[in-house]
Amino acid sequence: MADKKTLTFLLMDAPFENARTTTALRLIDIAARRGYDINVFAYEGAVYLPLAAQAKHANAVHGTDAAEEDHPLPREWVEAVMQEAARNGGKLDWVNCGLCVDERGATESVAGVRRGSPADFWKMASTSDNVLVIPTR
Amino acid sequence: MKVLNIIEIAYRATLEEQDDPVVWIIHAMKGAGADHSVLLSGNAVNYAVTAQGVPPLMFGDRAQKHAPRLAEQVAGLVAKGVDVMVVRECLTERGIREEELIGGLTMVKQAAVPKMMGGFDQVWHW
Amino acid sequence: MADYLLIESRDPFESAEVGGFLDLAEGLAKEGSGVTLFLVQNAVMTARHGARPTVPHNGRVLSLAALATNGVRVLADSFSLQERGISPNRLIAGVTVAPLSAVVDQMAAGCKALWH
Repeated sequence: MADKKTLTFLLMDAPFENARTTTALRLIDIAARRGYDINVFAYEGAVYLPLAAQAKHANAVHGTDAAEEDHPLPREWVEAVMQEAARNGGKLDWVNCGLCVDERGATESVAGVRRGSPADFWKMASTSDNVLVIPTR
Repeated sequence: MKVLNIIEIAYRATLEEQDDPVVWIIHAMKGAGADHSVLLSGNAVNYAVTAQGVPPLMFGDRAQKHAPRLAEQVAGLVAKGVDVMVVRECLTERGIREEELIGGLTMVKQAAVPKMMGGFDQVWHW
Repeated sequence: MADYLLIESRDPFESAEVGGFLDLAEGLAKEGSGVTLFLVQNAVMTARHGARPTVPHNGRVLSLAALATNGVRVLADSFSLQERGISPNRLIAGVTVAPLSAVVDQMAAGCKALWH
């Protein structure tokens, strides 16, 4: 692909807490559909985004059981955009900040997520066509 | 690649992390050879105030011993050769005088920021 | 002269710092840069016709129309607008509806991208 790009995103928000997570994954999805190579450095609470233990639950207010509720799980979104990138000839390299993982006990992630450090983020950033830092508040 | 880091958010999780996580990651990237500059704006201008310090912190009988030293963290960037700038108007709005700040900083007027950004390959707004 | 993509996710009803970010957009445009301000999430609350967000400390009305007049391309995320029931027919003059893919377009084109 002649116009294949590499984009890097730094995410900081924990899941289920801010619209930034949805927007960030929407951006990553768009890039994945284009077959871009995508780097994600998950810093701080964002290391919970691909947490394998996320589970669907019933919702008494909605009157739904777990299957009917089909609650969104960011780990599924992460897996889906990884698969979307691959289907389109791209690659999503998701790196969880290792120290952030350790202090949060977020050690079990979905397949394809690897552990790294700020040096990995710098390497990603300096070899990308562009970088977007999406900080938490 | 030259990166300008505009830091606006301050005192978020600093007690839990014993650091400001943004200042920390800039330290870490600097160690990896990155070419970073920093612009303190908004409440983050207070990170340069020398008088700050965390009072003793106890949770039950658990003493929290290693408080963040934010002004020292910023001074550490300066010592590593990172150009650390401060938006003058953000200081004024908060009643902070320049003599209250650590040394080695560069004062920048808000109106000068757009032109200054042109000198960087990337601008990351934290 | 570099082009800039400024992504505003916050709204001035909640955050006084939005004024500074819009000032930055205007300042970059005055320097001669191409500037796109992309409103997403609650930032689109300022794009509805009749919205009058003010800067708390000086009461200045933040005007997206004025920004557009001063050379800033102001886009509002179609998803965020629809999510909040803001009709494209009820936007402030100078604000254009755009898909989020406009952000990826600009990033791919090499614009310096800042999130707020």
